Amino acid sequence: MEKQLENKHPLAIRWLHWINFPLLAMMIWSGLLIYWANAVYGFWLFGHELFHFFPPLFYETLGVAFRLAEGISLHFFFMWLFAINGIIYVLYTIFSGEWRAIVPVPRSFKRAILVTLHDMKIVKKLPPQGKYNDAQRIAYTSVILMGAGSLITGLAIYKPLQLAWLTSLMGGYEWARWLHFWLTIFFVLFFVVHVIQVILAGWSNFRSMITGYEIVDADKPGVEPAEVKA
Amino acid sequence: MSEDKEILLEKVRELEKTKKLHTDPTSDNTARILNEKRRFSAPLSEAEARKKMSGKSRRGFLVGAAAALTGIFGWRWMSDETKQSLVRRTFEFNEKVAQVFYRPSRLSPEFPPERISLPPRVNGFAGLSEGFDPASWTLSVGGLANRIDDLVLTLDQIKALPRTEMTTELKCVEGWSIIVNWAGVRFSDFAAVYLPQTIDGSVPDIINHPENLVPYVSMVTPDQAYYVGWDMPSILHPQTLLAYEINGQPLPLEHGAPLRLASPTKYGIKLIKRIGRIEFSADRPKDYWAEQGYDWYSGH
Repeated sequence: MEKQLENKHPLAIRWLHWINFPLLAMMIWSGLLIYWANAVYGFWLFGHELFHFFPPLFYETLGVAFRLAEGISLHFFFMWLFAINGIIYVLYTIFSGEWRAIVPVPRSFKRAILVTLHDMKIVKKLPPQGKYNDAQRIAYTSVILMGAGSLITGLAIYKPLQLAWLTSLMGGYEWARWLHFWLTIFFVLFFVVHVIQVILAGWSNFRSMITGYEIVDADKPGVEPAEVKA
Repeated sequence: MSEDKEILLEKVRELEKTKKLHTDPTSDNTARILNEKRRFSAPLSEAEARKKMSGKSRRGFLVGAAAALTGIFGWRWMSDETKQSLVRRTFEFNEKVAQVFYRPSRLSPEFPPERISLPPRVNGFAGLSEGFDPASWTLSVGGLANRIDDLVLTLDQIKALPRTEMTTELKCVEGWSIIVNWAGVRFSDFAAVYLPQTIDGSVPDIINHPENLVPYVSMVTPDQAYYVGWDMPSILHPQTLLAYEINGQPLPLEHGAPLRLASPTKYGIKLIKRIGRIEFSADRPKDYWAEQGYDWYSGH
Protein backbone atom coordinates (compact mmCIF):
# COMPACT_ATOMS: atom_id res chain seq x y z
CA MET A 1 0.00 0.00 0.00
CA GLU A 2 1.18 3.51 -0.79
CA LYS A 3 2.29 5.51 2.21
CA GLN A 4 2.63 9.17 3.05
CA LEU A 5 4.52 11.01 5.72
CA GLU A 6 2.29 13.35 7.62
CA ASN A 7 3.89 16.40 9.21
CA LYS A 8 1.64 16.00 12.21
CA HIS A 9 3.09 18.23 14.93
CA PRO A 10 4.93 21.48 14.11
CA LEU A 11 8.32 21.99 15.76
CA ALA A 12 7.01 24.77 18.02
CA ILE A 13 4.13 22.65 19.33
CA ARG A 14 6.49 19.78 20.12
CA TRP A 15 8.97 21.94 22.03
CA LEU A 16 6.25 23.83 23.90
CA HIS A 17 4.49 20.56 24.76
CA TRP A 18 7.61 18.87 26.09
CA ILE A 19 8.88 21.95 27.94
CA ASN A 20 5.50 22.23 29.59
CA PHE A 21 5.84 18.72 31.03
CA PRO A 22 8.68 19.41 33.53
CA LEU A 23 7.32 22.91 34.21
CA LEU A 24 3.87 21.64 35.12
CA ALA A 25 5.50 18.86 37.14
CA MET A 26 7.49 21.45 39.12
CA MET A 27 4.38 23.58 39.64
CA ILE A 28 2.47 20.58 40.97
CA TRP A 29 5.36 19.38 43.15
CA SER A 30 6.03 22.82 44.67
CA GLY A 31 2.28 23.30 45.01
CA LEU A 32 2.14 20.09 47.02
CA LEU A 33 4.92 21.34 49.33
CA ILE A 34 2.79 24.46 49.92
CA TYR A 35 -0.50 22.59 50.26
CA TRP A 36 0.93 20.35 53.00
CA ALA A 37 1.11 23.36 55.38
CA ASN A 38 -2.69 23.68 55.29
CA ALA A 39 -3.97 20.38 53.94
CA VAL A 40 -7.68 20.94 54.41
CA TYR A 41 -9.36 19.53 51.32
CA GLY A 42 -11.06 16.21 50.84
CA PHE A 43 -13.49 14.47 48.57
CA TRP A 44 -16.88 14.65 50.26
CA LEU A 45 -20.06 12.80 49.44
CA PHE A 46 -23.31 13.15 51.43
CA GLY A 47 -21.52 14.62 54.41
CA HIS A 48 -18.81 11.96 54.49
CA GLU A 49 -15.22 12.51 53.58
CA LEU A 50 -14.38 9.63 51.27
CA PHE A 51 -10.79 10.70 50.68
CA HIS A 52 -8.61 13.28 52.36
CA PHE A 53 -5.91 15.06 50.39
CA PHE A 54 -3.54 13.53 51.34
CA PRO A 55 -3.03 10.46 53.54
CA PRO A 56 0.03 10.60 55.87
CA LEU A 57 1.70 7.76 53.98
CA PHE A 58 1.59 9.81 50.78
CA TYR A 59 3.50 12.69 52.41
CA GLU A 60 5.94 10.28 54.05
CA THR A 61 6.72 8.46 50.82
CA LEU A 62 7.36 11.66 48.91
CA GLY A 63 9.10 13.50 51.76
CA VAL A 64 6.78 16.50 51.58
CA ALA A 65 6.68 17.60 55.21
CA PHE A 66 8.11 20.94 56.45
CA ARG A 67 9.20 22.23 53.05
CA LEU A 68 6.84 25.21 52.77
CA ALA A 69 9.51 27.87 52.17
CA GLU A 70 11.13 25.73 49.48
CA GLY A 71 7.72 25.10 47.90
CA ILE A 72 6.88 28.81 47.77
CA SER A 73 10.27 29.75 46.33
CA LEU A 74 10.05 27.10 43.59
CA HIS A 75 6.40 27.90 42.83
CA PHE A 76 7.13 31.59 42.35
CA PHE A 77 10.14 30.84 40.16
CA PHE A 78 8.58 28.25 37.87
CA MET A 79 5.31 30.19 37.61
CA TRP A 80 7.02 32.57 35.20
CA LEU A 81 8.30 29.81 32.94
CA PHE A 82 5.01 27.91 33.08
CA ALA A 83 3.00 31.05 32.24
CA ILE A 84 5.32 32.23 29.48
CA ASN A 85 5.47 28.78 27.87
CA GLY A 86 1.67 28.50 28.03
CA ILE A 87 1.11 31.97 26.58
CA ILE A 88 3.52 31.28 23.70
CA TYR A 89 1.70 27.99 23.05
CA VAL A 90 -1.69 29.68 22.88
CA LEU A 91 -0.39 32.49 20.64
CA TYR A 92 1.27 29.95 18.36
CA THR A 93 -1.88 27.85 17.98
CA ILE A 94 -3.88 30.99 17.19
CA PHE A 95 -1.51 32.46 14.60
CA SER A 96 -0.44 29.21 12.94
CA GLY A 97 -4.01 28.01 12.51
CA GLU A 98 -3.27 24.94 14.64
CA TRP A 99 -6.31 25.87 16.73
CA ARG A 100 -8.43 24.40 13.92
CA ALA A 101 -7.12 20.97 14.89
CA ILE A 102 -7.71 21.46 18.60
CA VAL A 103 -10.89 23.38 19.41
CA PRO A 104 -14.29 21.66 19.52
CA VAL A 105 -17.57 22.83 18.03
CA PRO A 106 -20.94 22.42 19.79
CA ARG A 107 -21.59 19.12 18.05
CA SER A 108 -18.24 17.80 19.24
CA PHE A 109 -19.80 16.85 22.56
CA LYS A 110 -22.13 14.34 20.93
CA ARG A 111 -19.32 13.00 18.77
CA ALA A 112 -16.99 12.80 21.78
CA ILE A 113 -19.50 10.43 23.41
CA LEU A 114 -19.42 8.28 20.26
CA VAL A 115 -15.62 8.29 20.37
CA THR A 116 -15.70 7.24 24.02
CA LEU A 117 -18.15 4.44 23.24
CA HIS A 118 -15.85 3.36 20.42
CA ASP A 119 -12.81 3.38 22.72
CA MET A 120 -14.77 1.28 25.19
CA LYS A 121 -15.47 -1.11 22.30
CA ILE A 122 -19.24 -0.64 22.65
CA VAL A 123 -19.70 0.71 19.12
CA LYS A 124 -17.58 -0.09 16.07
CA LYS A 125 -17.90 3.08 14.06
CA LEU A 126 -15.69 6.07 14.81
CA PRO A 127 -17.11 9.47 13.83
CA PRO A 128 -15.13 11.20 11.08
CA GLN A 129 -12.31 13.35 12.45
CA GLY A 130 -9.24 15.38 11.55
CA LYS A 131 -5.89 14.98 13.26
CA TYR A 132 -7.69 14.64 16.58
CA ASN A 133 -11.07 13.17 17.38
CA ASP A 134 -13.71 15.21 19.14
CA ALA A 135 -12.96 13.72 22.56
CA GLN A 136 -9.34 14.79 22.12
CA ARG A 137 -10.43 18.26 21.00
CA ILE A 138 -12.50 18.70 24.14
CA ALA A 139 -9.75 17.29 26.37
CA TYR A 140 -6.96 19.41 24.86
CA THR A 141 -9.00 22.59 24.82
CA SER A 142 -10.08 21.95 28.42
CA VAL A 143 -6.55 21.44 29.64
CA ILE A 144 -5.47 24.73 28.02
CA LEU A 145 -8.40 26.49 29.70
CA MET A 146 -7.42 24.78 32.97
CA GLY A 147 -3.92 26.21 32.57
CA ALA A 148 -5.44 29.66 32.18
CA GLY A 149 -7.64 28.91 35.20
CA SER A 150 -4.61 27.97 37.27
CA LEU A 151 -2.88 31.22 36.35
CA ILE A 152 -5.96 33.29 37.17
CA THR A 153 -6.80 31.56 40.46
CA GLY A 154 -3.09 31.60 41.31
CA LEU A 155 -2.94 35.36 40.78
CA ALA A 156 -6.05 35.76 42.94
CA ILE A 157 -4.27 33.95 45.80
CA TYR A 158 -0.91 35.62 45.14
CA LYS A 159 -2.15 39.24 45.11
CA PRO A 160 -5.53 39.20 46.90
CA LEU A 161 -5.31 42.92 47.71
CA GLN A 162 -3.90 44.50 44.55
CA LEU A 163 -6.10 42.14 42.51
CA ALA A 164 -8.99 42.15 44.98
CA TRP A 165 -11.51 42.36 42.12
CA LEU A 166 -10.15 39.12 40.71
CA THR A 167 -10.19 37.40 44.09
CA SER A 168 -13.80 38.51 44.61
CA LEU A 169 -14.65 37.13 41.19
CA MET A 170 -13.41 33.73 42.40
CA GLY A 171 -15.73 34.03 45.41
CA GLY A 172 -12.99 35.26 47.74
CA TYR A 173 -9.58 34.11 48.88
CA GLU A 174 -10.68 30.74 50.29
CA TRP A 175 -12.62 29.77 47.15
CA ALA A 176 -9.74 30.87 44.92
CA ARG A 177 -7.43 28.51 46.83
CA TRP A 178 -10.02 25.72 46.59
CA LEU A 179 -10.35 26.21 42.82
CA HIS A 180 -6.57 26.35 42.41
CA PHE A 181 -6.28 23.04 44.26
CA TRP A 182 -9.01 21.24 42.27
CA LEU A 183 -7.61 22.45 38.97
CA THR A 184 -4.37 20.77 39.99
CA ILE A 185 -6.18 17.51 40.77
CA PHE A 186 -7.74 17.65 37.31
CA PHE A 187 -4.31 18.26 35.75
CA VAL A 188 -3.13 15.06 37.39
CA LEU A 189 -6.21 13.17 36.18
CA PHE A 190 -5.67 14.54 32.67
CA PHE A 191 -2.07 13.40 32.82
CA VAL A 192 -3.04 9.86 33.83
CA VAL A 193 -5.64 9.51 31.05
CA HIS A 194 -3.30 11.19 28.54
CA VAL A 195 -0.47 8.74 29.25
CA ILE A 196 -2.82 5.72 29.08
CA GLN A 197 -4.23 6.92 25.74
CA VAL A 198 -0.75 7.53 24.34
CA ILE A 199 0.28 4.01 25.33
CA LEU A 200 -2.87 2.57 23.73
CA ALA A 201 -2.39 4.64 20.56
CA GLY A 202 1.00 3.04 20.05
CA TRP A 203 4.57 3.82 19.18
CA SER A 204 4.04 5.52 15.83
CA ASN A 205 1.71 8.08 17.39
CA PHE A 206 4.08 8.72 20.32
CA ARG A 207 7.05 9.04 17.98
CA SER A 208 5.23 11.72 15.99
CA MET A 209 5.21 13.97 19.09
CA ILE A 210 9.02 13.75 19.11
CA THR A 211 9.88 13.70 15.42
CA GLY A 212 6.85 15.56 14.11
CA TYR A 213 6.07 12.93 11.49
CA GLU A 214 3.94 9.83 11.20
CA ILE A 215 3.64 7.28 8.39
CA VAL A 216 0.04 7.09 7.22
CA ASP A 217 -1.78 5.28 4.41
CA ALA A 218 -1.81 7.35 1.23
CA ASP A 219 -5.42 6.73 0.28
CA LYS A 220 -6.77 9.20 2.79
CA PRO A 221 -7.76 12.45 1.18
CA GLY A 222 -7.00 15.67 3.07
CA VAL A 223 -8.87 15.95 6.30
CA GLU A 224 -10.88 12.81 5.75
CA PRO A 225 -9.51 10.35 8.19
CA ALA A 226 -10.07 6.80 9.21
CA GLU A 227 -13.75 6.27 9.62
CA VAL A 228 -13.29 2.77 10.87
CA LYS A 229 -10.01 2.01 12.48
CA ALA A 230 -10.80 -1.64 13.06
CA MET B 1 -42.01 31.11 -16.46
CA SER B 2 -42.94 33.87 -14.08
CA GLU B 3 -40.33 35.43 -11.87
CA ASP B 4 -42.17 34.33 -8.72
CA LYS B 5 -41.97 30.75 -9.81
CA GLU B 6 -38.24 31.03 -10.47
CA ILE B 7 -37.57 32.44 -6.99
CA LEU B 8 -39.59 29.61 -5.48
CA LEU B 9 -37.59 27.01 -7.42
CA GLU B 10 -34.36 28.60 -6.30
CA LYS B 11 -35.51 28.32 -2.69
CA VAL B 12 -36.37 24.66 -3.11
CA ARG B 13 -32.91 23.99 -4.60
CA GLU B 14 -31.26 25.73 -1.65
CA LEU B 15 -33.34 23.73 0.78
CA GLU B 16 -32.34 20.50 -0.90
CA LYS B 17 -28.74 21.53 -0.81
CA THR B 18 -28.77 22.11 2.96
CA LYS B 19 -30.70 18.88 3.43
CA LYS B 20 -28.06 17.04 1.47
CA LEU B 21 -25.33 18.68 3.51
CA HIS B 22 -26.91 17.37 6.69
CA THR B 23 -27.25 13.84 5.43
CA ASP B 24 -23.72 13.78 4.00
CA PRO B 25 -21.63 11.90 6.61
CA THR B 26 -18.48 13.89 5.83
CA SER B 27 -20.18 17.15 6.77
CA ASP B 28 -20.52 15.90 10.32
CA ASN B 29 -16.85 16.52 10.89
CA THR B 30 -15.37 19.13 13.20
CA ALA B 31 -12.13 19.22 11.21
CA ARG B 32 -14.05 20.10 8.04
CA ILE B 33 -16.25 22.66 9.76
CA LEU B 34 -13.18 24.44 11.12
CA ASN B 35 -11.28 24.02 7.84
CA GLU B 36 -8.42 22.12 9.44
CA LYS B 37 -5.37 21.79 7.16
CA ARG B 38 -3.10 18.79 7.18
CA ARG B 39 0.34 18.38 5.73
CA PHE B 40 1.03 15.19 3.78
CA SER B 41 4.06 14.25 1.69
CA ALA B 42 3.73 12.87 -1.84
CA PRO B 43 2.83 9.16 -1.92
CA LEU B 44 5.81 6.93 -1.15
CA SER B 45 6.44 3.24 -1.18
CA GLU B 46 6.48 1.64 2.26
CA ALA B 47 10.28 1.18 2.11
CA GLU B 48 10.84 4.82 1.15
CA ALA B 49 8.52 6.02 3.90
CA ARG B 50 10.32 3.92 6.50
CA LYS B 51 13.71 5.16 5.32
CA LYS B 52 12.67 8.80 5.47
CA MET B 53 11.01 8.29 8.81
CA SER B 54 14.04 6.64 10.41
CA GLY B 55 16.22 9.63 9.49
CA LYS B 56 13.74 12.03 11.07
CA SER B 57 13.35 9.68 14.01
CA ARG B 58 17.07 9.57 14.76
CA ARG B 59 17.38 13.33 14.68
CA GLY B 60 14.23 13.91 16.76
CA PHE B 61 15.17 11.47 19.48
CA LEU B 62 18.78 12.66 19.68
CA VAL B 63 17.73 16.29 20.07
CA GLY B 64 15.03 15.30 22.55
CA ALA B 65 17.38 13.19 24.64
CA ALA B 66 20.01 15.95 24.64
CA ALA B 67 17.43 18.51 25.79
CA ALA B 68 16.05 16.22 28.50
CA LEU B 69 19.52 15.35 29.82
CA THR B 70 20.57 19.00 29.82
CA GLY B 71 17.48 19.86 31.83
CA ILE B 72 17.78 17.02 34.33
CA PHE B 73 21.53 17.19 34.89
CA GLY B 74 21.59 20.97 34.72
CA TRP B 75 19.13 21.07 37.65
CA ARG B 76 20.93 18.24 39.48
CA TRP B 77 24.40 19.73 39.07
CA MET B 78 23.29 23.18 40.15
CA SER B 79 24.56 23.59 43.72
CA ASP B 80 22.12 24.30 46.54
CA GLU B 81 23.70 27.74 46.95
CA THR B 82 23.08 28.56 43.28
CA LYS B 83 19.48 27.38 43.56
CA GLN B 84 18.94 29.42 46.72
CA SER B 85 20.39 32.52 45.14
CA LEU B 86 18.26 31.90 42.05
CA VAL B 87 15.01 31.69 44.01
CA ARG B 88 15.99 34.64 46.25
CA ARG B 89 16.70 36.76 43.19
CA THR B 90 13.37 35.65 41.77
CA PHE B 91 11.63 36.81 44.97
CA GLU B 92 13.33 40.18 44.53
CA PHE B 93 12.35 40.32 40.86
CA ASN B 94 8.75 39.45 41.76
CA GLU B 95 8.86 42.23 44.37
CA LYS B 96 9.94 44.76 41.74
CA VAL B 97 7.14 43.62 39.42
CA ALA B 98 4.63 43.86 42.29
CA GLN B 99 5.77 47.40 43.09
CA VAL B 100 5.34 48.50 39.48
CA PHE B 101 1.68 47.51 39.69
CA TYR B 102 1.20 48.56 43.33
CA ARG B 103 -1.43 51.22 44.00
CA PRO B 104 -1.97 52.43 47.56
CA SER B 105 -5.56 53.30 46.65
CA ARG B 106 -6.48 49.64 46.18
CA LEU B 107 -8.04 48.29 49.36
CA SER B 108 -8.61 44.85 50.74
CA PRO B 109 -12.31 43.99 51.13
CA GLU B 110 -13.85 44.53 54.56
CA PHE B 111 -16.27 42.05 56.09
CA PRO B 112 -19.44 42.33 58.18
CA PRO B 113 -19.08 41.51 61.92
CA GLU B 114 -20.85 38.12 61.55
CA ARG B 115 -18.03 36.89 59.30
CA ILE B 116 -15.39 37.33 62.04
CA SER B 117 -13.63 34.01 62.77
CA LEU B 118 -14.05 33.22 66.46
CA PRO B 119 -11.90 32.54 68.33
CA PRO B 120 -9.08 34.08 66.32
CA ARG B 121 -6.45 31.47 65.52
CA VAL B 122 -3.22 31.79 67.49
CA ASN B 123 -0.02 31.06 65.59
CA GLY B 124 3.62 31.84 66.26
CA PHE B 125 5.25 32.58 69.59
CA ALA B 126 8.66 33.78 68.46
CA GLY B 127 9.53 37.04 70.21
CA LEU B 128 6.88 36.53 72.92
CA SER B 129 9.26 35.50 75.69
CA GLU B 130 8.09 34.87 79.27
CA GLY B 131 8.15 37.44 82.03
CA PHE B 132 6.91 40.34 79.92
CA ASP B 133 4.97 43.07 81.68
CA PRO B 134 2.70 44.99 79.27
CA ALA B 135 2.09 47.68 81.90
CA SER B 136 5.70 48.82 81.82
CA TRP B 137 5.97 48.57 78.05
CA THR B 138 7.15 51.50 75.94
CA LEU B 139 7.78 51.85 72.23
CA SER B 140 11.12 53.11 70.91
CA VAL B 141 11.12 54.87 67.57
CA GLY B 142 14.33 55.43 65.61
CA GLY B 143 15.18 56.95 62.25
CA LEU B 144 12.96 59.98 62.76
CA ALA B 145 13.48 63.25 60.94
CA ASN B 146 15.52 65.86 62.83
CA ARG B 147 16.42 63.44 65.60
CA ILE B 148 19.37 61.16 66.20
CA ASP B 149 18.31 59.30 69.35
CA ASP B 150 15.22 57.13 69.82
CA LEU B 151 11.92 58.64 70.79
CA VAL B 152 10.15 56.69 73.56
CA LEU B 153 6.35 56.51 73.48
CA THR B 154 3.77 55.09 75.86
CA LEU B 155 0.62 53.23 74.82
CA ASP B 156 -1.48 56.25 75.85
CA GLN B 157 0.48 58.48 73.48
CA ILE B 158 -0.23 56.02 70.66
CA LYS B 159 -3.89 55.73 71.61
CA ALA B 160 -4.10 59.51 71.47
CA LEU B 161 -3.63 59.31 67.71
CA PRO B 162 -6.74 58.89 65.48
CA ARG B 163 -8.35 55.50 66.03
CA THR B 164 -9.12 53.27 63.02
CA GLU B 165 -11.12 50.06 62.96
CA MET B 166 -11.24 47.48 60.20
CA THR B 167 -12.52 43.93 59.66
CA THR B 168 -10.19 42.28 57.20
CA GLU B 169 -8.85 38.89 56.24
CA LEU B 170 -5.56 37.80 57.78
CA LYS B 171 -3.76 35.40 55.47
CA CYS B 172 -1.16 33.06 56.81
CA VAL B 173 1.71 32.01 54.60
CA GLU B 174 0.72 28.42 55.51
CA GLY B 175 -2.43 28.83 53.44
CA TRP B 176 -5.22 29.47 55.93
CA SER B 177 -7.04 32.73 56.51
CA ILE B 178 -9.22 34.24 59.24
CA ILE B 179 -11.38 37.35 59.37
CA VAL B 180 -10.43 39.64 62.22
CA ASN B 181 -11.68 42.95 63.52
CA TRP B 182 -8.79 45.21 64.45
CA ALA B 183 -8.61 48.61 66.13
CA GLY B 184 -5.56 50.80 66.35
CA VAL B 185 -3.73 53.62 64.68
CA ARG B 186 -3.07 53.72 60.97
CA PHE B 187 0.67 53.50 60.53
CA SER B 188 0.37 56.41 58.10
CA ASP B 189 -1.31 58.50 60.84
CA PHE B 190 1.51 57.55 63.20
CA ALA B 191 4.15 58.48 60.60
CA ALA B 192 2.38 61.77 59.90
CA VAL B 193 3.07 62.79 63.50
CA TYR B 194 6.38 60.98 64.08
CA LEU B 195 7.95 61.83 60.76
CA PRO B 196 10.45 59.44 59.16
CA GLN B 197 13.76 60.76 57.87
CA THR B 198 14.17 61.39 54.15
CA ILE B 199 16.85 60.09 51.79
CA ASP B 200 17.94 63.58 50.73
CA GLY B 201 17.45 65.46 53.98
CA SER B 202 14.40 67.28 52.61
CA VAL B 203 11.37 67.99 54.80
CA PRO B 204 9.37 64.75 55.04
CA ASP B 205 5.98 64.84 53.29
CA ILE B 206 4.37 61.44 53.67
CA ILE B 207 1.26 62.39 51.68
CA ASN B 208 2.67 64.15 48.63
CA HIS B 209 6.22 62.86 48.48
CA PRO B 210 6.46 59.44 50.14
CA GLU B 211 9.16 58.58 47.58
CA ASN B 212 11.56 60.94 49.40
CA LEU B 213 11.25 59.01 52.65
CA VAL B 214 13.77 56.33 53.54
CA PRO B 215 12.39 53.20 51.81
CA TYR B 216 12.19 50.74 54.74
CA VAL B 217 10.84 50.21 58.23
CA SER B 218 12.28 47.73 60.70
CA MET B 219 10.29 46.39 63.65
CA VAL B 220 11.65 44.29 66.50
CA THR B 221 10.15 42.65 69.59
CA PRO B 222 11.45 43.82 73.02
CA ASP B 223 13.50 40.60 73.36
CA GLN B 224 14.79 41.09 69.76
CA ALA B 225 13.90 37.48 68.99
CA TYR B 226 11.43 38.39 66.25
CA TYR B 227 11.96 41.08 63.66
CA VAL B 228 10.37 42.11 60.40
CA GLY B 229 11.24 44.46 57.56
CA TRP B 230 8.64 46.42 55.62
CA ASP B 231 8.77 48.51 52.48
CA MET B 232 7.48 52.06 52.89
CA PRO B 233 4.54 51.83 50.42
CA SER B 234 3.05 48.80 52.25
CA ILE B 235 3.51 50.23 55.73
CA LEU B 236 1.85 53.51 54.66
CA HIS B 237 -1.10 51.64 53.10
CA PRO B 238 -4.34 52.91 54.68
CA GLN B 239 -5.12 49.39 55.97
CA THR B 240 -1.86 48.91 57.84
CA LEU B 241 -2.49 49.50 61.55
CA LEU B 242 -0.52 49.61 64.76
CA ALA B 243 -3.25 47.61 66.47
CA TYR B 244 -4.07 47.52 70.19
CA GLU B 245 -7.46 45.77 70.00
CA ILE B 246 -8.63 42.51 68.45
CA ASN B 247 -12.35 41.76 67.99
CA GLY B 248 -13.32 44.58 70.37
CA GLN B 249 -10.97 43.52 73.20
CA PRO B 250 -7.52 44.77 74.18
CA LEU B 251 -4.92 42.48 72.61
CA PRO B 252 -4.22 39.43 74.77
CA LEU B 253 -0.57 38.43 75.20
CA GLU B 254 -0.74 35.62 72.62
CA HIS B 255 -2.01 38.06 70.00
CA GLY B 256 0.77 40.53 70.65
CA ALA B 257 -0.21 42.83 73.56
CA PRO B 258 0.12 45.71 73.88
CA LEU B 259 0.85 46.74 70.26
CA ARG B 260 1.21 44.74 67.05
CA LEU B 261 0.90 45.19 63.31
CA ALA B 262 -2.35 44.36 61.53
CA SER B 263 -2.61 44.58 57.76
CA PRO B 264 -4.14 42.73 54.80
CA THR B 265 -1.22 43.89 52.64
CA LYS B 266 1.10 41.05 53.69
CA TYR B 267 1.13 37.53 55.12
CA GLY B 268 0.82 37.01 58.88
CA ILE B 269 4.57 36.37 59.20
CA LYS B 270 5.03 40.12 58.61
CA LEU B 271 2.49 41.15 61.25
CA ILE B 272 4.83 41.37 64.19
CA LYS B 273 3.35 41.04 67.69
CA ARG B 274 4.55 42.96 70.75
CA ILE B 275 6.48 45.64 68.89
CA GLY B 276 9.37 46.96 70.97
CA ARG B 277 11.12 49.21 68.50
CA ILE B 278 10.31 50.78 65.16
CA GLU B 279 13.05 52.19 62.98
CA PHE B 280 12.80 54.03 59.70
CA SER B 281 15.74 52.89 57.66
CA ALA B 282 17.55 53.46 54.40
CA ASP B 283 18.82 49.87 54.39
CA ARG B 284 16.70 46.81 53.87
CA PRO B 285 16.02 45.48 57.40
CA LYS B 286 16.61 41.87 58.34
CA ASP B 287 13.54 39.69 58.57
CA TYR B 288 12.99 36.60 60.73
CA TRP B 289 11.20 34.47 58.14
CA ALA B 290 13.12 35.79 55.14
CA GLU B 291 16.17 34.32 56.88
CA GLN B 292 14.34 30.96 56.83
CA GLY B 293 13.92 31.14 53.04
CA TYR B 294 10.56 32.94 52.84
CA ASP B 295 9.83 35.90 50.59
CA TRP B 296 11.07 39.11 52.26
CA TYR B 297 8.33 41.16 50.55
CA SER B 298 5.45 38.68 51.02
CA GLY B 299 3.13 41.39 49.72
CA HIS B 300 -0.45 41.04 48.59
